[in-house]
Amino acid sequence: MVNKTVASLQAAVADVPDGATIMIGGFGVAGQPSALIDALIAQGARNLTVINNNAGNGETGLAALLKAGRVRKMVCSFPRQADSFVFDALYRAGEVELEVVPQGNLAERIRAAGAGIGAFFTPTGHGTLLAEGKETRLIAGRPHVLEYPLAADFALIKARRGDRLGNLVYRKAARNFGPVMATAAACTVAQVDEVVDVGALDPEAVVTPGIFVHRVVVA
Amino acid sequence: MKRLTREQLATRVARDIPEGAYVNLGIGMPTLVANYLPRDREIFLHSENGILGMGPAPAPGEEDPDLINAGKQPVTLLPGGSFFHHADSFAMMRGGHLDICVLGAFEVSASGDLANWHTGAADAILTAAGLSYLGLGLEISTPGDWGRDLADAQSFLGDGIWWTSLFPGLMIILLTVGLSFLGEGLNDMINPLLKKERA
Repeated sequence: MVNKTVASLQAAVADVPDGATIMIGGFGVAGQPSALIDALIAQGARNLTVINNNAGNGETGLAALLKAGRVRKMVCSFPRQADSFVFDALYRAGEVELEVVPQGNLAERIRAAGAGIGAFFTPTGHGTLLAEGKETRLIAGRPHVLEYPLAADFALIKARRGDRLGNLVYRKAARNFGPVMATAAACTVAQVDEVVDVGALDPEAVVTPGIFVHRVVVA
Repeated sequence: MKRLTREQLATRVARDIPEGAYVNLGIGMPTLVANYLPRDREIFLHSENGILGMGPAPAPGEEDPDLINAGKQPVTLLPGGSFFHHADSFAMMRGGHLDICVLGAFEVSASGDLANWHTGAADAILTAAGLSYLGLGLEISTPGDWGRDLADAQSFLGDGIWWTSLFPGLMIILLTVGLSFLGEGLNDMINPLLKKERA
């Protein structure tokens, strides 16, 4: 019997190595898998590259991971916010690297990695610092920039419900990056509010099919 | 130039949005437009974080942390609304499916060139890339705003962005020095004690 559910948060992130690249779902705190992040802090992996839309809010979740000094590099679209003081201080002190990616490029680069696309052209960022050193091409009279996929060793995401096969449904706008990140990591770990029996999720409404998910843990 | 208030500006932009339009409102002032949309028109608000059919702010106590707009403020969902993931959300924007985007801008020239904050450039560029219509909303600075501009700009000093502080700062210094010279001049001209000394 296939069973992707994992007994504890601890077990769900036990094998994350130092230097891993980790996607963390969420848009601000909506959809942020805080329990998995806390487990990762306790687990102790260092030198991480973290891919997220933001760079942490307040002092919990991703901000706590940054504060614990575990992150070597942030890849995100929108680091500066009213409550991103943990990241701001680390960045000014030169203790964390930053790669800023326009938000649609972030989503599409992740999608490309998950879909086996080698690279894609987009007009976004052409002629700006964000396109420096990148290949460009004129397509239908409009300049485009070549962007490469963004994959990860682990994706930590949050969903509303899951089953033992890894099928997931989300809650409202907390869905955001979860479904695309799930496709782009070697190991996708989903933190869910509840695990339901196989067959209980309406197949017409499953948002992330179980094929993309490796571990499901209740938090 | 007669200056519009933020509310007047939002009302003016809202008036131009037709029935059936799919509209993205940028973070900041453009968000206000949602409060002034004509009620007799069916208009669909898109939020980059995966919402179509976004409604107004919820009543106090009914906020849902999983239902927020791009500025991470609590919102509601209207009947017929939907949720989707980020790649789909940006396909709507970049694929040219939205009709209108209302952007906040740092500065706009008379010919419509727009300047944005350095750190916010990414968002402005990508939204501008796929749209057929841009509604721009920005307030005009007046002497009363220099203090506020300076205060806003100071938060960027730590990032080495000094030039946004320079101009409001210089204007305040110029105004102060100017007023002080004016006072000195008036004193020289009309102070009776000084007149006696000269005589």
